[in-house]
Amino acid sequence: MSYVAPRPSEPNSATGENWVHTPLVPRESVAGAALAIVIAIMTFLAALTAGFALLLGGASREWRGAVGLEMTIQVAPKPGRDLDADAAQAAKIAAGFPGVAEARAFTQGQSEELLSPWLGAGLDLSQLPVPRMIVLRRDSSKKLDEIGLRSALDTALPNAALDNHGAWMQRLDTMAQVVVGASVGIFALVLTAMGLAVGFATRGAMAGNKDIIEALHFVGAADGFIARQFQGHFLRLGLRGGAAGGGAAALMFLGLNLLSRQWTTSASGEQAEALFGSFSLGWGGMAAIAFISVCVALLTGFMSRAIVFRALSRLR
Amino acid sequence: MVRFENVGLRYEMGAEILRDISFDIAPRTFQFLTGPSGAGKTTLLRLILLSLQPTRGLITLFGKDSASLDKTAITALRRKVGVVFQDFRLLDHLTTYQNVALPLRVQEKDEASYRAEVTELMHWVGLGERMHVYPPVLSGGEKQRAAIARALIMRPELLLADEPTGNVDPSMARRLMRLFLELHKSGTSVVIATHDLGLMDQFDGARRLVLGDGRLHIYD
Repeated sequence: MSYVAPRPSEPNSATGENWVHTPLVPRESVAGAALAIVIAIMTFLAALTAGFALLLGGASREWRGAVGLEMTIQVAPKPGRDLDADAAQAAKIAAGFPGVAEARAFTQGQSEELLSPWLGAGLDLSQLPVPRMIVLRRDSSKKLDEIGLRSALDTALPNAALDNHGAWMQRLDTMAQVVVGASVGIFALVLTAMGLAVGFATRGAMAGNKDIIEALHFVGAADGFIARQFQGHFLRLGLRGGAAGGGAAALMFLGLNLLSRQWTTSASGEQAEALFGSFSLGWGGMAAIAFISVCVALLTGFMSRAIVFRALSRLR
Repeated sequence: MVRFENVGLRYEMGAEILRDISFDIAPRTFQFLTGPSGAGKTTLLRLILLSLQPTRGLITLFGKDSASLDKTAITALRRKVGVVFQDFRLLDHLTTYQNVALPLRVQEKDEASYRAEVTELMHWVGLGERMHVYPPVLSGGEKQRAAIARALIMRPELLLADEPTGNVDPSMARRLMRLFLELHKSGTSVVIATHDLGLMDQFDGARRLVLGDGRLHIYD
């Protein structure tokens, strides 16, 4: 008769000899599968949060870059003034300033087109006082004297106003900061929840292996040695859970990227792309997800070690 | 080797279960610790093993005051003491060989460096053919011998055995006692906790530490 241990190490099948070290803390005594799933879910959520924060951060930088390279001059209609001439003069003044690469004055037709999304197409807007827009494209290699330009316009054209989109950029900045702040908050909550789950599982494993811990103490095992027996288990669980959760998140972003390429043909797809970019995290984003997965595994291992160590330090 | 001076122990606010315990265990001595069930024999062994702290008094182990020892020092001292528990405390998921080798394994020694020594000891205690089976299929006597082998593998200076013959038949009990005597002759101090008067009578020359009503009486 031979007793079959729950999971013996590999014995020599011919002789029954088993010299190989069996783990001192039985794998079955640690709530492995459940904890690995919890870690996988938490890693998935943490990776999603980080991924969306990266996407939004990237999109926000793109918006700010695009908006920051443009300025507009708005020339308002005023009785007794030739709007076309004022617009042409404003464009000429602006084009003469270093730092302005191009000054393009919208024609009356183009200016009216800008209103069509709100007023509808095909309307006669000739009776409306539609202002003229001059779009300035900045030369990022040269510094633009904004105050000088504003002053020159004020002097020459009392009906012209320069808009550097500062308010817009301020709002984008605030929004980006809120998104990043919220992501950091959610990330911290997810990690805290995972830490608590690991803590409960570690304490449960310790309680389930109380006799083993006591026996190890009595045969002269140091606390560090015992803690390592638990840490090894939890590190492996963390690696499994982290890899599963991080892998799922990476697959999800790849899937969203593929879907977004098909969406771009629709109006809603354009909106989504304007907001999130192309849903492409790139190698940097994928590296961030891998980093999070590894960090989750390490955190799981170190947390379990710290908890076991702390509990053992209270024992004699 | 071990010195107790006016040691008392109580659990929380309860009455003292051990009172004014004073004794010495000298090197190379053999003694029985006896008394009725519930007298505190196991508790006294746990005090010697430093797994319990006395509520009063002084315990000195290998010349060191137990109150001043940190965990590292306690671990180092425990490696000089072999213990055989009444309930064996074998780990069921390890083979008998792995259980016996456990004190060496926890010191992170290379398995190849001690395999021959463990194998030899297991043959000596009569478990040479049972090295690769798991404790649940061992008989009471085999478990007891495995526990003794585990306690001996580190060549302890002091061996504490709690009711080592409590689960075996008289013939096995005599075999085990002979094992302890051989160990004693090789220089190890032995403390055997038992309430088996018949067993003690077979070893008339041994010192007796008798626990009763929380106090210890010594018969040299």
